[in-house]
Amino acid sequence: MIVSRLVWFVPTLAGLVVIVFLISNVIPTDPVRVLLGENATPQQVEAMRVKLGYDKPLTTQLLRHFQDVLSGNLGVSIYSQRPIWEDLSQRLPATLELTLVAITLAIALGIPLGVMSALKRNSLWDQAVRVLSVAGLAMAAFWLAMLLQFLFSMKLGTAPLNGRIDGFGPTAVTGFMIIDSLIDGDMEALRSAFSHIALPALTLALPAAATIVRFTRAGVLDVINSNFVLYQRAMGMPPGLIVWKYVLRNALISTVTQIGLIFGVLVTNAVVVETVFDWPGIGTYAVQSILQSDHKAIIAFTIWIGALIVVVNLLVDIVHSFIDPRGAR
Amino acid sequence: MGGWRRELDRFTRDRAATLGLILLLLLVVAAVFAPILSPFPGDVATFHTANRLRPPDAVNWLGTDRMGSDLLSRILFGARITITIAFVAVGSAVVIGVPIGLVAGYYGGWPSNLLMRVSDIFLAVPQIVLAIAIAQTLGPSIENVILALSITYWPFWARLVFAETRSVKNEIFIESAIALGASPLRVMTMHVLPNIASSIIVRTSIGMGATILTAAALGFLGLGAPPPTPEWGRMIAESREFLPEAWWYATAPGIAIFMVVMGFNLLGDGLRDFLDPRIRRGARGK
Repeated sequence: MIVSRLVWFVPTLAGLVVIVFLISNVIPTDPVRVLLGENATPQQVEAMRVKLGYDKPLTTQLLRHFQDVLSGNLGVSIYSQRPIWEDLSQRLPATLELTLVAITLAIALGIPLGVMSALKRNSLWDQAVRVLSVAGLAMAAFWLAMLLQFLFSMKLGTAPLNGRIDGFGPTAVTGFMIIDSLIDGDMEALRSAFSHIALPALTLALPAAATIVRFTRAGVLDVINSNFVLYQRAMGMPPGLIVWKYVLRNALISTVTQIGLIFGVLVTNAVVVETVFDWPGIGTYAVQSILQSDHKAIIAFTIWIGALIVVVNLLVDIVHSFIDPRGAR
Repeated sequence: MGGWRRELDRFTRDRAATLGLILLLLLVVAAVFAPILSPFPGDVATFHTANRLRPPDAVNWLGTDRMGSDLLSRILFGARITITIAFVAVGSAVVIGVPIGLVAGYYGGWPSNLLMRVSDIFLAVPQIVLAIAIAQTLGPSIENVILALSITYWPFWARLVFAETRSVKNEIFIESAIALGASPLRVMTMHVLPNIASSIIVRTSIGMGATILTAAALGFLGLGAPPPTPEWGRMIAESREFLPEAWWYATAPGIAIFMVVMGFNLLGDGLRDFLDPRIRRGARGK
């Protein structure tokens, strides 16, 4: 299974590049005209078309596009006037840090809630958790972000309004503020980094936790009703030990399987949540590029996210085959 | 009385699903009767800057926005946009994806492998990311949002129907239909499709909720309908600069989105229990 995943890794990414390329070229808008504005003369448009290579056949353009992507030449951003590749790689750590903290938070919230919900099935507690998990999935992420910002930053003043850190932050080593502050031994920066990441991470974590609760609950219910748990119970194994040794392990496996999916949910929401909190990641970058109609930057962003998700899914499969060797054959 | 009444009775015993149904009926009523229900139907297109940013009171139940327009009226008209996007986008994704999945699952072989690989590539990226790329290329309008969502959503249906068709295909009743001389088209439409319909229906309901969230996010990012269209996501984006003072401005459209998505999700969950015969049998056994 892993081997087939590895084999498909390159074609999937290549296919993504082709699809994004086709989308941006087959769609009947003229990128040259968009670039030059409405007042450009036909001569100017033609000259620019030749300059950018749009006069060549589609296959030639596609080949050149592949060369560009492989050599990391994704064009220059209209927004920052710097190479898009540099912009994206500089901003990626911020998005990764945010999604990693969010996924940790989601797991820390979701698994215990899901397990308890399943163990006390149909109790008032279970009902409440289920209602909350349905509600968590129905909220628009950007709205939840604004709600938390309104409550904690504007009304209570317990969290900063936006940004990643106060002042200049620690020396950039990994690009992760939390890790960099630890390397610097700067406790003030660490505290600041945590207080800044709290709200955006919580916004991302809540819908993800709702998903985890649902999967964990279903997974635990399956295990509790299985024959081997019945056997353990008949053997007089204390219920606490059964939950700890057998139920939790299986619940974890089902969650690991879903992490690829949950990561997709997180990235989806990160695009809008980063904007609300002015978090300097690739989501905010994409939104700035939309506002500037910076087509090249958006295409590059799409390819990067695709690559990121394909890599995460690959890692999930590898981890999964270690925890649960059954599917690895 | 007929069987459908008993069925309705069985469905309404699920309180969560009934709540979902009620929320969606509210949405439909709001969309259909928006001109009658709105206290200020003209406020969708005209501005009264003297009234701007009024908190909720007896005249403007949900307050007014930055243009002085009545928020309740704008939200009711916004229900039309939400319904249109959800139904047309999910509808076309289903119309494209289901036949592809059905044919690919039924015949197998390299063409179906190729099709499924293409859909895998689409599914490798979150829907919103590809939709952003498409909607940005096309320019901001409702039609383009719908187009972007359909293009990015059909592979999901192709995958779902492909998997379901593959599992139904080897059942004995399909074999007997083929043995009786039924054409492939007949087997697919009269025998396979009815048997996988329930999972398509359940996914459609949940997919509508997800699509509304994605469409609202596109509107929030400025890729939806241009102003003054009363699109809920864009209304929330407009309200941002008026926080924390005008708290009602962001609250009203946010709750509208929440209620509708919740409605589709609850209905989907309810339909799953309602249509799945295994669960039905289990419930009777208790």
